[in-house]
Amino acid sequence: MSEQIHDVRLHVNGSVHEVRVPARRLLSDALRHDCGLTGTHVGCEHGVCGACTVLVDGAPMRSCLMLAVSAVDAEITTVEGLTEDDGTPQGRLSPVQQAFSDCHGLQCGFCTPGFLTTITAGLEENPDPTEDEAREMIAGNLCRCTGYQNIVKSVLRAAEINAEADAKSKADAGQERA
Amino acid sequence: MTTKLFGTKVARVEDQRFLRGQGRYVDDLLHDDPRLLHAAVLRSPHAHARITDIDVSDVLDVEGVVAVWTHDDLTDAMAEPLPLLIPHPTLTHGRTQYALAKDEVNHVGEAIAFVVAVDRYVAEDAVARIRVTYEHLEPVVGIDAARAATRLVHDDVPGNVGARMEQENGDARAAIADAPHTLVLDLDIERSACTPMEGRGTVARWDPDTSRLTVWSSTQTSTGVRGCVAAKLGLDLAKVDVITPDVGGGFGVKVVHPWPEELLVPLAAKTLGRPVKFTEDRREHFISSAHERAQQHHVEVGFDDAGRVLGLNVEFWHDHGAYTPYGLIVPIITSTQLLGPYKPLNYRVVFESLYTNTVIVTPYRGAGRPQGCFVMERTMDAIAAYLGKDRTEVRSANFIQPDEFPYEHGLIFQDGRELTYDSGDYPASLEKLKALVGWDDFEDFRAEMAAQGRRVGIGLACYVEGTGVGPYEGAHVHVETSGKVKVATGLTTQGQGHQTAFAQIVADTLGVRFEDVEITTGDTRKMPYAVGTFASRAAVMSGSAIHLAALRAKEKALRIAAEALEAAEEDLEIVDGVVSVRGTDASIDLGTVAVLSNPLRYAFDEASKAATQFSVGDPGKPPVAEDDEPGLEGKDFYSPPRSTFANGMHAVIVETDPDTAEITILKYAVVHDCGHLINPMIVEGQIHGGVAQGVGGALYERMAYDESGQLLNASFMDFLMPYASEVPTSIDIDHLETPSPLNPLGIKGAGEAGVIPSAAVFAAAIEDAEGFPITAMPISPSELYALRLSHADPEETS
Repeated sequence: MSEQIHDVRLHVNGSVHEVRVPARRLLSDALRHDCGLTGTHVGCEHGVCGACTVLVDGAPMRSCLMLAVSAVDAEITTVEGLTEDDGTPQGRLSPVQQAFSDCHGLQCGFCTPGFLTTITAGLEENPDPTEDEAREMIAGNLCRCTGYQNIVKSVLRAAEINAEADAKSKADAGQERA
Repeated sequence: MTTKLFGTKVARVEDQRFLRGQGRYVDDLLHDDPRLLHAAVLRSPHAHARITDIDVSDVLDVEGVVAVWTHDDLTDAMAEPLPLLIPHPTLTHGRTQYALAKDEVNHVGEAIAFVVAVDRYVAEDAVARIRVTYEHLEPVVGIDAARAATRLVHDDVPGNVGARMEQENGDARAAIADAPHTLVLDLDIERSACTPMEGRGTVARWDPDTSRLTVWSSTQTSTGVRGCVAAKLGLDLAKVDVITPDVGGGFGVKVVHPWPEELLVPLAAKTLGRPVKFTEDRREHFISSAHERAQQHHVEVGFDDAGRVLGLNVEFWHDHGAYTPYGLIVPIITSTQLLGPYKPLNYRVVFESLYTNTVIVTPYRGAGRPQGCFVMERTMDAIAAYLGKDRTEVRSANFIQPDEFPYEHGLIFQDGRELTYDSGDYPASLEKLKALVGWDDFEDFRAEMAAQGRRVGIGLACYVEGTGVGPYEGAHVHVETSGKVKVATGLTTQGQGHQTAFAQIVADTLGVRFEDVEITTGDTRKMPYAVGTFASRAAVMSGSAIHLAALRAKEKALRIAAEALEAAEEDLEIVDGVVSVRGTDASIDLGTVAVLSNPLRYAFDEASKAATQFSVGDPGKPPVAEDDEPGLEGKDFYSPPRSTFANGMHAVIVETDPDTAEITILKYAVVHDCGHLINPMIVEGQIHGGVAQGVGGALYERMAYDESGQLLNASFMDFLMPYASEVPTSIDIDHLETPSPLNPLGIKGAGEAGVIPSAAVFAAAIEDAEGFPITAMPISPSELYALRLSHADPEETS
């Protein structure tokens, strides 16, 4: 019994990964074990918990419900790709990541990558959510540690950080013009 | 000046790696090792069957399969049953499973064969090709079937009774017979489970060059796993290291050890000479890890006109599943912690722990307390209803008073010690709770809502939680010559923020910068003596041990610094890692003190030049004094005489839909007393998470076994774990801080508190909204609807 192996080029976090995988290999497994990006976690392998959520062309997708071979043409962002370049090797936490730290939005950290990617995409769509909208934004992801209250706060805090950054960049632009 | 960190909301240091995707959980390890092999397990599809044949001949034909084990392939200790971790004299018929089933399976999911292959996909392909011949046996499912005992789980366990245990203080039955009023209640709780987001997992690597085994496991006890692996594989303890990496939640299930895979993975790694990994999938977690909670209770209570309990007699039946690896801890906790903050004058409790052909039952956050709290609080509410009194009044009449501590219940607790509460202030807690939830204003609110056609109810529930059980934990504090402080404690961490909370303690005690402290947990190479993380014990046990070890390091630092600075020790202070003589400019860095503490022959850098034998010490004395050791280190252990008892009270206001019976949470309030708080942010996070699990257990989660022992909802699609949409939108929390006199920091455990009163508090609120008794939890809208029909006035419905 031998499987057909496919050569697949995955575009992840701005880098290209050449991987050799059988057709049945899940995107989550390919990211974790072939690309070595273990930040994406697998909590149920049936698309319910959301821990494995990654951004596929900017849209949140459950990587346990996608095959690696079907992701060839997509631009994939995992939790490792969320940090922002600030000239340091580590990079700066993105507003969503920073908000989770500010609001104690995580405990064991296992579900966290899926929340971070989901909220990153959610705030693109709705930059200024109400509390109810923030809750709705995360209502498809499971967390067993936090009880979610601080994750809802993190969504609102991330929106606030984004707004502060926007205001600052507008003010800076204004100063430059002046 | 360093400000005190104990008691402040310090941001967690572990967040940085978790938020960047740089956590290292067990399935992340060795992922780039091309020699790594992956395991999969054949599990029983039947709840009860004899195995007459296992045919693995097709397996090795699968390309990529390396090895397969069945029980026939196991030898010596590996072929024996797994250990019964906590024996007890009343556990007369304890039984444990084999690492791989021998002749018989007793629940769906029991491990039968273990396949190792180049990847998990191939290993699962191979598992599917194993042919097992079963002779079916009738399964025993549920407490009713176990009690009926028309069929047996184990042929040699009569009546399916693993244990019968009785404790009594006074003469409860006589007191009830003489009491002015009596009530009888039957109260049931169904199964739920921990369901951490990360399942179980183990990786092992055998190093033939050093004949050493390294095991990484997602466990709540590294030292426990180490002891079992060494014993089962016939290795010297010194040849086995167990490391607990980042753990994606535990909640109790991961304190059970050794899981079959925790032995089979190391065995395979040693046999094959290649690293091996096992990662449990979600369905496996449902059918082969552990559950909890299912119990039936029969209560008889006698009380006076004030609602004071004169006699309480509780019988209950505990479903422990197919095996008893964790002994009787859960039912013992129910039987003792049921008492909560109250002092019934006479108390008798008796339980039977019963076998069923279902997944094993071991502690899940709360560990028997949610059931005990449900029983006691339902009883209090029933007394109040009977007497027509306010529910808080009946509770007040039964509280242990603040001047009665230490309070002895005359019972033996789960740790084999007297059940003696150390401290608490229950009347003050109740006053805080009433204010927080608006207890006294509720009738106005009810009327206001009723006017809108809405139905609401309020409930409260009180609990006491024995935390910080022994026997001990230890800590080692090492100040490096850089001034950095490396601290090791042996218990494990699975999301509680120990790296932060423990570093706060060290920073304060030793007088160093928080950023200079690094905490290691759960690594037997760093601290081989430890127990584990369970029973809300980590902060109490390791927090205390770390404090004591840091004090020892500080004593030594002051002694060496006093000599170097030619000052008296009592004139010295340590602030931000600098020892100075108060009121002068004379000072020395702790890093330099560390250099001086270790007389060297060889200098390896600029700092160590100062410590060579030609530079330090009195030439007339030994470089290391007889009663001293080299290095600026401190090591100590904390072993309390008994547990410390935290307590709390929850209240909830619910709305029940008059048509659909949907249950909505309008307000949730928590008053919590865990002594001094190390980090209030972390404690509140623990409460939030506990309440969410409690909501799940009260309103949504159950293990839906059918009569043949199949778990029908073994996935996150069907097991209704709460999402953000099901939990309270906010939780009002107020703290009391009644310090424990049993440990140097005055702390009590906080990890389980949030989940304990949930079934009780929701039952109370729903009962208050609906006007008929709620005696079984969890409760779904359809069950509530059915109850409405059964309690409806026939004239109204006709």
